[in-house]
Amino acid sequence: MASEHASMTSDHAADIDRHVRVYIIVFVALMVLTIITVAVSYLHLPVAGAVTVALLVATIKGALVAGYFMHLVSEKKLIYAVLVLTVVFFVVLLALPTFTHSNGFWIDE
Amino acid sequence: MMDIPYTVEVRRDTGLTNGKIGIWLFLASEVMLFGALFASYILIRVGAESWPHGYTILNIPLATFNTIVLISSSVTMVMAWASLMRNRFGAFRMYMGGTVLLGLVFLIVKYFEYSHKFHDGLFPSTNNFLAIYFTLTGLHMLHVLGGMVVNAWFWGPGAKLWKTNPVWFTNRVENSGLFWHFVDLVWIFLFPTLYLL
Repeated sequence: MASEHASMTSDHAADIDRHVRVYIIVFVALMVLTIITVAVSYLHLPVAGAVTVALLVATIKGALVAGYFMHLVSEKKLIYAVLVLTVVFFVVLLALPTFTHSNGFWIDE
Repeated sequence: MMDIPYTVEVRRDTGLTNGKIGIWLFLASEVMLFGALFASYILIRVGAESWPHGYTILNIPLATFNTIVLISSSVTMVMAWASLMRNRFGAFRMYMGGTVLLGLVFLIVKYFEYSHKFHDGLFPSTNNFLAIYFTLTGLHMLHVLGGMVVNAWFWGPGAKLWKTNPVWFTNRVENSGLFWHFVDLVWIFLFPTLYLL
């Protein structure tokens, strides 16, 4: 088992070195984006603009974490399938209150 | 004794170890848990006559500091896993220890934030903003604590597995890392929506 693991790591050693460089770049990008999102909040933009910028930056940061730290850029199909299903249900979950509020499909106020 | 199947070798049909599918299914359920609370937050906020800006009540510099702490802990977490992949157990110990300590720093800062609010007479029952703030950050804090317990186990007694089955141990660390990054990801959305908007 140990020797199997050793051969596995030597095969992947160069890969891992490349990964580590990417982790450091992602870390710097996350820090810069954090500074940007805080700096923009001090401008006290109108609500629509502030929400757009905040959610856009958060989405980019979230994508970096999920893509690189959680290795979603190179994952197996089954995990993608699970996540597609999750995203669909998540969107429905967030859409429900929106429709409810706008006197939409289900609730008559 | 029967071994747990597919902890080290991957299943032919899924191309994955069972633990990895397990943790991703669990994270999918976590998305729905936090999603329900985010949906509640949106509903309460858009339905309110008026809503305070987070920055008028909450401490932005402290939360920014905590954001940096949690992102750093995600980097040390992924470096802990990469160290095992490179067969460097000493480096793993250092990075994993760092991850647990950064989690502790996050909780300490959160303790000061909470106690300052309580001191000012601001409780979950005070208004809807504080109710949703304490619910979301409180649930997130419990996740940080849970992740710390698991990571501390792998740093300490759980690391014994490295000697007998290093691949299994590496896979376990990867899975606890997936949870830890998810907790970081949730905070990446909580921080702007609660504090900055």
